[in-house]
Amino acid sequence: MSELGVVQSFTVTFIVRRFNPETDTEPYWQDFDVEMFSTDRVLDGLHKIKWDQDGSLSFRRSCAHGICGSDAMRINGRNRLACKTLIKDLDISKPVYVEAIKGLPLEKDLIVDMEPFFAAYREVQPFLQSTSKPKKEHHQTIEQRERFDDTTKCILCAACTTSCPVFWTDGQYFGPAAIVSAHRFIFDSRDEASQVRLDILNSKEGVWRCRTTFNCTEACPRGIEVTKAIAEVKQAAISGVRR
Amino acid sequence: MKTLRLERLGWIFMRLSGVVLIALIFTHLTVNLMQDGGVKAIDFAFVAGKLANPFWQWFDTALLWLALIHGTNGMRVVIQDYVLRPRLRKVLLTLLAVSTVTLIVLGTLVIFTLDPCPAGTPADLLPSFCPAV
Repeated sequence: MSELGVVQSFTVTFIVRRFNPETDTEPYWQDFDVEMFSTDRVLDGLHKIKWDQDGSLSFRRSCAHGICGSDAMRINGRNRLACKTLIKDLDISKPVYVEAIKGLPLEKDLIVDMEPFFAAYREVQPFLQSTSKPKKEHHQTIEQRERFDDTTKCILCAACTTSCPVFWTDGQYFGPAAIVSAHRFIFDSRDEASQVRLDILNSKEGVWRCRTTFNCTEACPRGIEVTKAIAEVKQAAISGVRR
Repeated sequence: MKTLRLERLGWIFMRLSGVVLIALIFTHLTVNLMQDGGVKAIDFAFVAGKLANPFWQWFDTALLWLALIHGTNGMRVVIQDYVLRPRLRKVLLTLLAVSTVTLIVLGTLVIFTLDPCPAGTPADLLPSFCPAV
C-alpha cells in the first residue's frame, strides 16, 4: 500500500535537440529520463536536466509564468511555451521531443537568434504616434479599446512567427507577430500613423504573403486570434481602417 | 512603392477571379458535358458551332484569361514560397510567364480565328449552319 499523501511521480523521457556551435557541425537529439509529477511543466523537466544531469543544456527562460515570452520552443512538433505546457497534457507513454523554434538562426541548444524577429517588429513602428496633445488624457470609448484588445496580449515570444511556413522559407516575411503588433496600433483610435504601417505591410514581404494556414493562431500561447488579426489588416489595407 | 500595389492587386484579383471562375467553369461543364447528349456530343461541329457564336467566344475568352492568370499567379506564389535558390526561382518564373503568355495568345487566336466550315470537309462533320458544298 502506498503511503498516504505521497504524490505519484512518473519517469518522463525528454528527447532534446542539442547543438553546441563550438564542437558540433549539426544539431543532434539527446535523451534524458526525468522523474516528474503531473503538475510539473516541460520547463521544470528542462530545469531538472540542467540542474541535476547536464549543466551544459542551454535554454532561455525568465519569469517562468507565461508572461515574459522567453521560453518558446517546439514541443512534440508544436510551438509552445515550456512554462505553460503541463506534463499531464502530454502523452508521457512516449518521449517528449523538445527543440528550438524554427526559422531563426540556431545559436545553442534551444536558443535562437531573435534579432530578425525583433527587426521585423521594430519595422512596423509598434508605438503610439499622436500629434494631438490633450490637456488630460486621450479619450477612448470601451468599444474603441475593445477593437484592438486581442492584439495587446502579445508577449513577443515568437511562437507564431516561427510556426509560419512562409517565414520558414522566406526569412524576409514580416511574420505574424509583427503584423499583430501593427494591428494593435492600426486599430487604436488615438494613433495617427495607421497609413504608414499599412504602407509598410503592403510591401512585397508584407501581409499579402500570408497563406492563412492558421499555424500562428494555433501556436499563440496567449490565445490571440492571429490569423484573424492579419485578415483585418489585409481588409484595412484594401478598404481603409474601420475602428 | 510599385511592387506593393501589385501584391495587393494580385491578392484581390485571386479572390474576385475565383468567384467569377466558379460560375464560368460550372456553366462550361454543364453546357459541354451535361446538356444534349453530354460528353459524347462533343465533336468538331459542336466546338466550331459554339466558337462561331459571339457569346461563347467572349465567354471562352473570359474563361481562358481568368483561369490562366489565376493559375499563373497561384504558381508564382508557390514558387516564391518554396524555391529558395534565386537563379532557379528566376528561371521558373520566366518559364511560367512565357508559357502563360503563349497559351493566352494561342487560345485567344483560336477562339476568334477558327474557321467553322473548312473547305472540303464532309458536311456531316460540320456545324449545321455551314453552306452545303
